[in-house]
Amino acid sequence: MLAAAIVVFSVLTVTTRLILRAAIYLLFALLATAGIYLMLNYQFLAAVQLTVYAGGIIILIVFSVLLTSHINDRLELESSGRRIAAGVVGLVGFVLTAVTIARTNFTPVNAAPIETDTKAIGTALMSYGENGYILPFEVISILLLAAMIGAIVIAKKR
Amino acid sequence: MVDIPVEHFSYIALFVFFAGLYGFFTRKNMIAMLMSIELILNAVNIQFVAFNYYLYPDLMEGMIFSLFIIGVAAAEAAVAIAIIINVYRRFKTINVEKVNSMKY
Repeated sequence: MLAAAIVVFSVLTVTTRLILRAAIYLLFALLATAGIYLMLNYQFLAAVQLTVYAGGIIILIVFSVLLTSHINDRLELESSGRRIAAGVVGLVGFVLTAVTIARTNFTPVNAAPIETDTKAIGTALMSYGENGYILPFEVISILLLAAMIGAIVIAKKR
Repeated sequence: MVDIPVEHFSYIALFVFFAGLYGFFTRKNMIAMLMSIELILNAVNIQFVAFNYYLYPDLMEGMIFSLFIIGVAAAEAAVAIAIIINVYRRFKTINVEKVNSMKY
């Protein structure tokens, strides 16, 4: 079900000609992805997916769509030759990678799944040493700060 | 354990990835291209989480990595949209083929 939703909506996202509809289809694809995370018991990740992706990025995209184009404008299509070429590239890449995956023998580990509640995640993000992620955490905080300043400077009226 | 083989998650992620790739190649509108990039990042997240769940259930590296990818994607989307709005202000279009000079 979720898989079918993801597949259908991701295809619709890249093929529909109304850009606002593409944004909404993208929203549904992201929601279905959050559903997959829930199915795999990663509740915190599903919540982050919903708030940041579905809540934040989609809203940003919809706002910028409304700022930059008229709702009923249809997207220009690439020439059909290029579309076919892109489709072929995509299909060939998909088949090649899928064959590789089918040939690889993944052995699922039957260890007891770790409890991924917010406490465990917080401890992991804030600890150093084995299984600690304080360095990437600090790096991404700098990155977010830089992105914030950069976005303001770029979009500022001169 | 959910008894779905890990390969099936891989196939979904692959499909979404190449759908995003197709969109990136065929779209001319910058925002549509940005949406394709989001799809690609999302596909990578699915892959990370599935591998984390099936192959390393006693660790949470894949999940933490997905969290960081989501953070980077948010930062990237914010900067990209700032650039797009600036480009629109200057060129009155966001078609990538009509925006052909970086000089102002």
